[in-house]
Amino acid sequence: MQSRFFGLGIAKGMALTLKHLFRRPITTQYPEERLSTSRRIRGNELIWNQVKCTGCATCAKSCPQGAIEIVTLRGEENKYIVEKFGVDSGYCIFCGLCVEACPYDALYLSYDYELARYRRRELVKDKEALLASPSKRVSGYYQPEIEQTLPRQTLLLDREKEERE
Amino acid sequence: MAVKTELKLKTEPFVLNIGPVHPSTHGVFRMRATLDGEVLIDLEPVFGYLHRGIEKLAEGRTYTQVIPLTDRLDYLASMSNNLAYVMAVEKLAGITVPERAEYLRVIMAELQRIASHLIAVGAFLNDCGAFMTPILYMIREREKILDLLEMVSGQRLTYNYMRVGGVSQDIPGEFLPALRKFVQRMPSYIDEYDQLLAENEILLARSKGVGILPKDMAINASASGPVLRASGVKWDIRKADPYSVYDRFQFDIPTGSVGDCYDRYRVRVQEMRQSVRIIKQVMEGLPEGEVKAEVAHFLRLPVGETYAHIESPRGELGFYLVSDNSIAPYRLHIRAPSLINLTALRDMTLGWKVADVIIIFGSIDINMGEVDR
Repeated sequence: MQSRFFGLGIAKGMALTLKHLFRRPITTQYPEERLSTSRRIRGNELIWNQVKCTGCATCAKSCPQGAIEIVTLRGEENKYIVEKFGVDSGYCIFCGLCVEACPYDALYLSYDYELARYRRRELVKDKEALLASPSKRVSGYYQPEIEQTLPRQTLLLDREKEERE
Repeated sequence: MAVKTELKLKTEPFVLNIGPVHPSTHGVFRMRATLDGEVLIDLEPVFGYLHRGIEKLAEGRTYTQVIPLTDRLDYLASMSNNLAYVMAVEKLAGITVPERAEYLRVIMAELQRIASHLIAVGAFLNDCGAFMTPILYMIREREKILDLLEMVSGQRLTYNYMRVGGVSQDIPGEFLPALRKFVQRMPSYIDEYDQLLAENEILLARSKGVGILPKDMAINASASGPVLRASGVKWDIRKADPYSVYDRFQFDIPTGSVGDCYDRYRVRVQEMRQSVRIIKQVMEGLPEGEVKAEVAHFLRLPVGETYAHIESPRGELGFYLVSDNSIAPYRLHIRAPSLINLTALRDMTLGWKVADVIIIFGSIDINMGEVDR
């Protein structure tokens, strides 16, 4: 490995860095330019489907952080009425175990990211705040049908020039 | 006539605290270095700043809920941690994993090994004084791996991908073409690192013969992973005690000869090439089928204890699990390779100068999330 002339190794390295000086940058200017994330991204807070939910509380039992609160009442025909359903996003670690555990596909993760809030209390979401709305996009995590409809993830592999193959 | 007098200087040992917050300590780690002039005469590692009590937290969670915790042990190699933990649970429960899941696990573990070694080598060169240039080349390649792992798991750092009995989801359709592209290009990236660094005189002068860990001392210190292999011991759990489906693939164990910092660096670079070779073979033989076995939601393991170990990027990562037939582990102990490799630090650094201590420490490649857990 030792080169014959002292400094040859450094010169070789410099030649490489020089080559990179003349290629286009691969960085993007984040808030203005946005790349598509993974279709299975586990972003932001949960999205809850009130119609599908039966109040079985499997999500609350599967949460490792105990961030999901659910209170149910006994309704007609042995059905449960979900009186209270809330998630403290401040405790949530976005592991997605609740979405996996839900037997009725009533819980989704959000496709959006950027969860920063000015107040701690804004992270605590109640029943109304968790409902699906047009402004919230649903992630394809554990939802193969939704996954197909989302935009394709941008890969650094594709953005780089195809000179290496 | 001038009288020659010999100047007698009295020196006192000087205690220097390197860390706990210092760019060269790779986390919150403190080295209490006792110096004689610039030469190190004693070193005491002080750790525990990042202690989160993960082993205790695991006792209050179900077997599935522990998986996100293991992500946070060695946060540069979450997939490997996931794998070692679920293997321990499967071993005690007697669950057989579907073939396709085993292959996917090997792909993820090897991608993770490349990503982790890239950071290890980059950070080591940063410590050597090659400030930021090599590490940025390596972070660029790591980004490509993170893209791939994000595609399958939905997260960039804490993947939470492995499950007891398989993996959480099958890979999406665009994963294999992207992986093929990556595997084709990766060798040329490694050539690029070699062109940049392998013959660099400054790197050779800084790391050749520095911080030698002899073979017998490495074995006595129970070191594992690249640290042990750089000392010339051909010991890799993937070959010594094959787990998952590693016995089906051809790969070599790169070893060093001297056990100095340069050998540890070379071993890691060569291991990346071997990992690429393994991924190529796995892609060829990837079978179709299920990716997760049927496992009860609140799993109860039979009373007993087990130990499962894998070759993580840093060495032998083992999970010791004791069950009392409840839904949570009775005791979970983690054999963290970083912590055990760190015990050899004092022997490696004695007699070297402060600047060398920094690069010797960098060449061990520890991860504080795992040392303190």
